[in-house]
Amino acid sequence: MARTIGDVILDLQNISLSFGGVKALTNISFNVRQGEIRSIIGPNGAGKSSMLNVINGVYHPQEGRIIFMGKERRKMNPHEAAAQGIARTFQNIALFKGMTVLDNIMTGRNLMMKRNFLWNALYWGPAQRDEIAHRKRVEEIIDFLEIQHIRKVPVGRLPYGLQKRVELARALAAEPKLLLLDEPMAGMNVEEKQDMCRFILDVNEQWGTTIVLIEHDMGVVMDISDRVVVLDYGRKIGDGLPNEVKNDPEVIKAYLGAVY
Amino acid sequence: MTFFFEVLIAGLLSGMLYALVALGFVLIFKASGVFNFAQGAMVYFAALTFVGVGEKLLLWLGWAPGSFASFLGSLLVTLAAMVVLAILIERFMLRGLVNQPLITLFMATIGLTFFIDGLAQLVWGSNVRGLDIGIADEPVIWLLDSANMLVSKFDLTAAAIAAILVALLSLFFQYTKTGRALRAVADDHQAALSIGVPLERIWVIVWVAAGVVALVAGLIWGARNGVQYALSFTALKALPVLILGGFTSIPGAIVGGLIIGASEKLAEVYLGPYVGGGIDSWFPYIMALAFLLIRPEGLFGEKHIDRV
Amino acid sequence: MIYREAGQFKASYEADMQIFPIRQDRIAIAAIVLFAFVGVPLFASEYWFQAIITPALIFSLAALGLNILTGYAGQLSLGAAGFMAVGAFATYNFMLRIDGMPFLVAMVLGGVCAALVGIVFGLPSLRIKGFYLAVATLAAQFFILWVLVKFPWFSNYSASGVITAQEIVILGWTVDEPVEKYLLTLAVVTVLALAAKNLARTHTGRAWMAVRDMDVAAEVIGIPLMKTKLQAFAISSFYCGVAGALYAFTYLGTVEPEAFNLDLSFKILFMIIIGGVGTVLGSFLGAAFITLLPIFLNQLFHALFGDSLPPAFASNVELMIFGGLIIFFLIVEPHGLARLWQIGKEKLRLWPFPH
Ligand SMILES: Nc1ncnc2c1ncn2[C@@H]1O[C@H](COP(=O)(O)OP(=O)(O)OP(=O)(O)O)[C@@H](O)[C@H]1O
Ligand SMILES: [Mg+2]
Repeated sequence: MARTIGDVILDLQNISLSFGGVKALTNISFNVRQGEIRSIIGPNGAGKSSMLNVINGVYHPQEGRIIFMGKERRKMNPHEAAAQGIARTFQNIALFKGMTVLDNIMTGRNLMMKRNFLWNALYWGPAQRDEIAHRKRVEEIIDFLEIQHIRKVPVGRLPYGLQKRVELARALAAEPKLLLLDEPMAGMNVEEKQDMCRFILDVNEQWGTTIVLIEHDMGVVMDISDRVVVLDYGRKIGDGLPNEVKNDPEVIKAYLGAVY
Repeated sequence: MTFFFEVLIAGLLSGMLYALVALGFVLIFKASGVFNFAQGAMVYFAALTFVGVGEKLLLWLGWAPGSFASFLGSLLVTLAAMVVLAILIERFMLRGLVNQPLITLFMATIGLTFFIDGLAQLVWGSNVRGLDIGIADEPVIWLLDSANMLVSKFDLTAAAIAAILVALLSLFFQYTKTGRALRAVADDHQAALSIGVPLERIWVIVWVAAGVVALVAGLIWGARNGVQYALSFTALKALPVLILGGFTSIPGAIVGGLIIGASEKLAEVYLGPYVGGGIDSWFPYIMALAFLLIRPEGLFGEKHIDRV
Repeated sequence: MIYREAGQFKASYEADMQIFPIRQDRIAIAAIVLFAFVGVPLFASEYWFQAIITPALIFSLAALGLNILTGYAGQLSLGAAGFMAVGAFATYNFMLRIDGMPFLVAMVLGGVCAALVGIVFGLPSLRIKGFYLAVATLAAQFFILWVLVKFPWFSNYSASGVITAQEIVILGWTVDEPVEKYLLTLAVVTVLALAAKNLARTHTGRAWMAVRDMDVAAEVIGIPLMKTKLQAFAISSFYCGVAGALYAFTYLGTVEPEAFNLDLSFKILFMIIIGGVGTVLGSFLGAAFITLLPIFLNQLFHALFGDSLPPAFASNVELMIFGGLIIFFLIVEPHGLARLWQIGKEKLRLWPFPH
């Protein structure tokens, strides 16, 4: 399927965020277009994760405007963001440890499951039909990410790489319009990284999901991103096509210089 | 107005006792992150042991309770018992729960509460006993004369003892090597290890410190109200104190204790009659809750945003 | 190779998502329920009903309630007995004040009252967690008992707040024999246990567990924390409330607020710790264990020391054993008896071919 990149669906304007005295983000603006893979890079502590947390309402910036799908908001809870179609994974795995892989992924569909608890207590009629219908969707995602064999395993027992994949599955189960990935390949070996890259590209191509990606591996970033934002000490120091960013002297000085 | 002040002062003084118990919680929480529900039981255990030893001293050596020899003898034996208790707790409970979630440790200390209560009563019997530490419970004369206020000499002495204990503990934390190590552990377990203080030792030390605080609280409370099982429950009032003061702050425990003590007494006297009295059983909790809704981090705690 | 999952291929998701997916489990559960309804009444003595089986069932229900809140939704509560008290006294008052009120309706309404109170005391959970919340639930415990003692209306102005349960009549069937009370209790507990099992395996239960395991991630995936926590408080308190009603009506007969004191709350907490946090089965195992242990200890002391022991000795040793067991279980098997059972089953599944 040919990829099409559309209009701006997420526009961040002059975002500033601080914790006590620490300025995590200073006056940052950038946008994300429908269907693209947008990467955020920067050295440790640059404010990348904070940026994602601002986008889906985990942190509330002191200043700035966030416009998602044409609607502006100042303050919003994470679950409202989820209801609007934003899903994410975390830098440090945030799976539900006491639950199986299947149940973890099923939670991704909670927003769409409207039967109230009385129906569920009976597990009868519509409640059962609901559960089964959503299970079918979840099985598709399980097939897509090739994790059939671990379906019934408690996530705590899985190796790190698979846990990251389950986290992606949980986010995908919500059928998001915008998917935020915080270092999805950190700590993986080459093979696992390649798998994860493939999944991300497939999600983007087959389902047209817009993706914002934080990643330290420059090779990966340059390969799969459409556009890249560079942060350093909470400021934006670069923004553009992978090639432009790569050759920007300021970016090289602050960040890439160390790598290349 | 004099009456108001009498109530207020009585409240503050009993608040000092809550603060003492809360202090025991704070010590352990600061150094190990463990919320020790058994602090109240330790108070009871200490008081009961003190009295029990006193009885034996009378029986075996003829030392009269309240005499200096008996006091000192009981004190030393009880101190030794608190040390042994701390060592046993470290060895048989804490060590087995090192990397468990804090809430598991909390539940374990509930188990510990039952264990200590049972042990104390098994050894010393559960009948209510008086405890004499040689300070009379009579009004301070010059306050009675000059301001016409009833303030107990006993309460004042108790408050003074509590204040001295708090000062000593603060000095200990500030100026001794062990004290500094303890603070380091509170901040960061790894860092403390690198100073070269074994974690087990630190735990034993804080539990002993908490035991000593429990002993002082037990003595004062026991002398005031008799040594009885209810002590273990009354000590739970330290929990709302902690919510007010924050779990890690020594000044917080003290201010919180004073606030809870004073407002509990004032509420009982001024609100109680309208609703049938006895509200001090729950008033501190509800007050702490109301406070939590306004300021979840406590009086002295810092606002904290979870990192993800 | 009696207990095997192999060979039972699931042709549909429906089959895979049954309440007990393994056939042997289904048969065993059916057999146990059948035996409880038919077999037990044939064999057990009056003493067993009154002193052991009925209270154990009631405690199972209360433990189940606490398990929903603490085990599934991760909100530690020390106030379970307070909510039982609400259920008991509310049921009593519905029976007392409304003519012709059927017991079962009054019991459900009693549970609903407990649920409402549960929601009120659950509100702090929106801002605080862990042991802060535990302290908040202590407030519920003390406040509820105080209200029931101080406002004599609740006990119809009886001395010291004692209430005497009214006679239970269900569609003309008078429930007054111990065995009848047992059957009624069993029926209520069975229905509510099945409902809990169902809740746990649907999105309601998943939302609870998600909030328990990682609240930020739960919220990010779209689970509203407020609704989920309050719902857990409400449903948990409903279970405790119904258990309280049964406690008064099918077990004790006469009861005062003090019967629902902090000690009972702890006892119920111990049931779920020993039985298994976050499992329905664990609630039953824990309740049975904690009910039987004192009886067993009593027999043991009697056999060992005869009548020479002061009664306080046994009760103090009991306290120590309870406390020690809690610590022991938390160290050795934090998932309780239910996990041991699970491990046993897994061994059986591999038998006779070990790894
Ligand atoms: N919840 C919080 N409370 C206090 N300070 C925070 C919080 N979250 C982030 N910070 C601070 O904000 C700054 C930016 O942190 P952030 O996690 O966004 O960086 P990052 O770019 O994701 O770094 P890394 O590559 O290490 O993941 C850091 O100084 C960090 O200490
Ligand atoms: Mg980060």
